[in-house]
Amino acid sequence: MEFVDTYVIPGAIIVAQILAVVVPLLVAVAYLTYFERKVIGAIQLRKGPNVVGPFGLFQPFADALKLLSKETILPAGANKIIFLLAPMLTFVLSLIAWAVIPFGEGMVLADINVGVLYLFAISSLGVYGVIMSGWASNSKYAFLGALRSAAQMVSYEVSIGFVIITVLLCVGSLNLTAIVEAQRTVWFAIPLLPMFVVFFISALAETNRAPFDLPEGESELVAGYFVEYSSMSFALFFLGEYANMILMSGITVVLFLGGWLPPFDIAPFNWVPGPIWFMLKISLILFVFLWVRATFPRYRYDQLMRLGWKVFLPLSLLWVVITAGVLVAFDWVP
Amino acid sequence: MASVQYRAKSMLLAELVSGMALTLKYFFRPKVTLNYPYEKGPLSPRFRGEHALRRYPNGEERCIACKLCEAICPAQAITIEAEPREDGSRRTTRYDIDMTKCIYCGFCQEACPVDAIVEGPNFEFATETREELFYNKDKLLSNGDRWEVEISRNLTADAPYR
Repeated sequence: MEFVDTYVIPGAIIVAQILAVVVPLLVAVAYLTYFERKVIGAIQLRKGPNVVGPFGLFQPFADALKLLSKETILPAGANKIIFLLAPMLTFVLSLIAWAVIPFGEGMVLADINVGVLYLFAISSLGVYGVIMSGWASNSKYAFLGALRSAAQMVSYEVSIGFVIITVLLCVGSLNLTAIVEAQRTVWFAIPLLPMFVVFFISALAETNRAPFDLPEGESELVAGYFVEYSSMSFALFFLGEYANMILMSGITVVLFLGGWLPPFDIAPFNWVPGPIWFMLKISLILFVFLWVRATFPRYRYDQLMRLGWKVFLPLSLLWVVITAGVLVAFDWVP
Repeated sequence: MASVQYRAKSMLLAELVSGMALTLKYFFRPKVTLNYPYEKGPLSPRFRGEHALRRYPNGEERCIACKLCEAICPAQAITIEAEPREDGSRRTTRYDIDMTKCIYCGFCQEACPVDAIVEGPNFEFATETREELFYNKDKLLSNGDRWEVEISRNLTADAPYR
């Protein structure tokens, strides 16, 4: 009995909590692909998928079924173990970061005091999935794609780091719940607007989204680091990539858009529960992700590096100094 | 001064924002998609689709095996063999069109003196095998029976212009 009380029940609760996060997340990923096709279709004056089910709502499931019924191809020259490990790593990393994201007041799997550091560590590890897949595929396209992707993710992580520091200066805590609570009076997107923009653009680059999707530039690299993947292993990369998009939007919302807080703490707004606000804000950011993709052409590699190192890095560094200076000058340091 | 203005504009992402405003405007525009298998676009009466051999209203086939279509066909897709029928009239014994060779130029229907071979309005005749696209006389005549209403309507509609 004691064994049940101390291990089985808490274990079951943890598993249930994890499932409660992961299952809606995977559904969200599936519907993000649908949403993407609809939004880009609408911008290009098309309708997007509308045949499978009402308004094409079953399209993601049809796509998933098609993908999973395909053959998994292991290239003869590939390093089999790393080749299969890479998609799993990408997928797992995109999911475990959700452990610290607060969905509502107290609705977080792990309310740890180093939440931001944890997120930063996990998103840096994401590069390993890319490098491993590019290296293990033993194909020139995959290899070049992986090199570009890794270089890009590492470059933009630097400015993301400084942007996070400006937020941390204003909050005085690394706990994500505390960061959200600190935005009760005003969302950080307003006083830190330039940093919000820098963070958003860096998030685009970090997730290899358009206009920074040159690691998978079709015209020169076929598909980037996952050219050699098919079926389930490809599906894992795909899920990981889209889950990462949702994750970066989630981080943007937590850091700048007040997490689960309603936009105004007055009657009709604070009736809506926090997780709903959180999801709405994530959807808004994701819409901007897709909107940007439908609008801008792809960056060239040198332009990408110039933007990352010569514009964003000095700009974010400057803002760290300005923020710190203002906080000290007015004695607002939390 | 110009360079300062340029810097300020690029810092404020002026051009990027105006681009995004444009795409957002298009987002709400009515869509131009035609839901193809359920909705179809208009076709000109001159549309050159799948071939058909027509008949006279009394059921007699029009083709008199003059072989003008075979002669003019730039892709040499038409093969005709002919001999007199029991009643003495000249008819084809074989009339084949290789639809994989055909370039849908419409010369055959221009050449035909009796409006027998025509290109009808049907363009949805995809098949699963190559062999099914080697049309013989039976197939062409049955096409003619199937599409006669549309074909004769199109020919009447186009008549004033030729």
